Amino acid sequence: MFKKYLRKLTPYLFITPHLIFFTAFLAFPAFYGIYISLHKWEPLSFNKPFIGLANYQKLFTAGTLQNRYFWNALVNTLQFVIFSVPALVLIGLLLAILVDSKIKYKGLFRSIFYTPVILSVTSVTLIWMWMLDSQTGLINYFFNQLGLDSVAWLSRETPAWISLVVTTVWWTAGHNMLLFLAGLQDIPQHLYEAAKIDGASIFEQFWYITLPSLKPTTLFVTVMTTVASFNVFGQPFMMTQGGPGRSTQVAIMYIQQEAFTNYKMGSAAAMAIIVSLFIIVIGIFQFKIMSSDVKY
Amino acid sequence: MQREKNLRILTYIIVISFAAIWILPLLWMLSTALKPESQVIAWPIEIIPKEVTFDNFYDIIFDSPRTPILRWFFNSFFVSTATTFLVLAVDSLAAYAYARLEFKGKNILFWLLMATMMVPPVTNLIPNYLIMDRLGWIDSYQALIFPQVAAVFGVFLMRQFFIGLPSELEDAAYIDGCNRFQIFYIIALPMAKPALIALGLFTFRASWNAFLWPLIITNSAKMRPLTPGLRLLQSNFMTEFGKLMAGAFISAVPVIIIFIIAQKYFVKGIALTGMKG
Repeated sequence: MFKKYLRKLTPYLFITPHLIFFTAFLAFPAFYGIYISLHKWEPLSFNKPFIGLANYQKLFTAGTLQNRYFWNALVNTLQFVIFSVPALVLIGLLLAILVDSKIKYKGLFRSIFYTPVILSVTSVTLIWMWMLDSQTGLINYFFNQLGLDSVAWLSRETPAWISLVVTTVWWTAGHNMLLFLAGLQDIPQHLYEAAKIDGASIFEQFWYITLPSLKPTTLFVTVMTTVASFNVFGQPFMMTQGGPGRSTQVAIMYIQQEAFTNYKMGSAAAMAIIVSLFIIVIGIFQFKIMSSDVKY
Repeated sequence: MQREKNLRILTYIIVISFAAIWILPLLWMLSTALKPESQVIAWPIEIIPKEVTFDNFYDIIFDSPRTPILRWFFNSFFVSTATTFLVLAVDSLAAYAYARLEFKGKNILFWLLMATMMVPPVTNLIPNYLIMDRLGWIDSYQALIFPQVAAVFGVFLMRQFFIGLPSELEDAAYIDGCNRFQIFYIIALPMAKPALIALGLFTFRASWNAFLWPLIITNSAKMRPLTPGLRLLQSNFMTEFGKLMAGAFISAVPVIIIFIIAQKYFVKGIALTGMKG
């Protein structure tokens, strides 16, 4: 009797340790976040009164500070996504094709392109802040050698965006390369052999075999990259502090500021929920659109 | 034939140019870190330093009480190692049950876990901070470690692997009278070694490189891990790039070494997660 009972219980013993962590620090906080967002929650004051949807209303009412800065930050994030995603996907694909072609030292090249991926965002941004330094940076040194003027990379709006995107591409394109490489190596070799017999050129082979076969991989890479770019924080936080002005302040930076500098937890929690919904919806939406014409 | 030869030369030119762009910043970091302060901003630039010194490393390690980089290194090492072992233990246990055992609520629970994979980290940033505050855990190792153990990616990865394993051996052991935990520990877990290593690598790196959460949950300099610590180094040394590059280098070395040793397992890990699309 006892043994039978124990056997029924066993699976739950296996899953409980994970479920405890999951519930305490992932599932419960998600609901707690909604609860916080419905309150005027300022850590320094004793009362945390329920205020309904006021924190959300503030975001959608023209004229409030939160309205101005939040939408500015969201648009900036969107801008970063639009600039960085195509570059990350295309360069990832290009690198994969390069290291998959018939060249020597493939393994070495692969490691070179992958190395930045394993670095932390602070290492990467420190390196690039030094590269892009307006007085003594290497990039401006090369510019001067070519007879061009120095650029204030991190303190003017357009160069700052370029800097953020370049840094991000250098940092993470190698990850997309690896994903595309796995996709390339899944393409059956006999397709190429058949095409060669039919007299297809290398470019025709690429256009009619490689690209269509990579469609599922491209879908996956694009969705993952988009979601990752929406979550951008470390690069602008370290490199531009959101400046000049607030022109490169992204959503998570503003949320962090509202919560931990302005101590407006309720308002920041409401923003976090809107940004989260945004990211989830865009992820699903993109997946639906792009997978509608993928045939497996 | 000539065309193919041209194409190959073109490929080499492109791949070498890209490789040069990719290596240059790394080389420049190392070279700057090894230069004496006076040479760091000397023109014309030296990619390979004429005069090599370890002063920058010495200064940031032993001579900067406000940025205790050795302590940060220990924090990162302790937090990443503890996180990795906890994740491996907790996730493989749960994954085994979701893959092999039958129990009430299994499908709905697993579905619930998978649904949360879409939820971005920013969702839980503020609630988790307030939970830690309530528990009195701000600025503690628990706060740095525990939220990372809640992740579901590892459960998903390990479950995929366990499902792919043949179950005959486990069935035989069951008939021989082993209990489920013995079967898991003696038979299934050793077979899952490649997946465990892949997940371990992934978790260690993610933990070592974590930035936003440790940045907000630690407020004393001595509790910071290395990754958010570099932020403090930056505000302390501003434009002393020799020292900053030494810091960036110190924080990069452990993960690079681990990846060189375990490279093949990592590539396998990517294949395992079904990340082929």
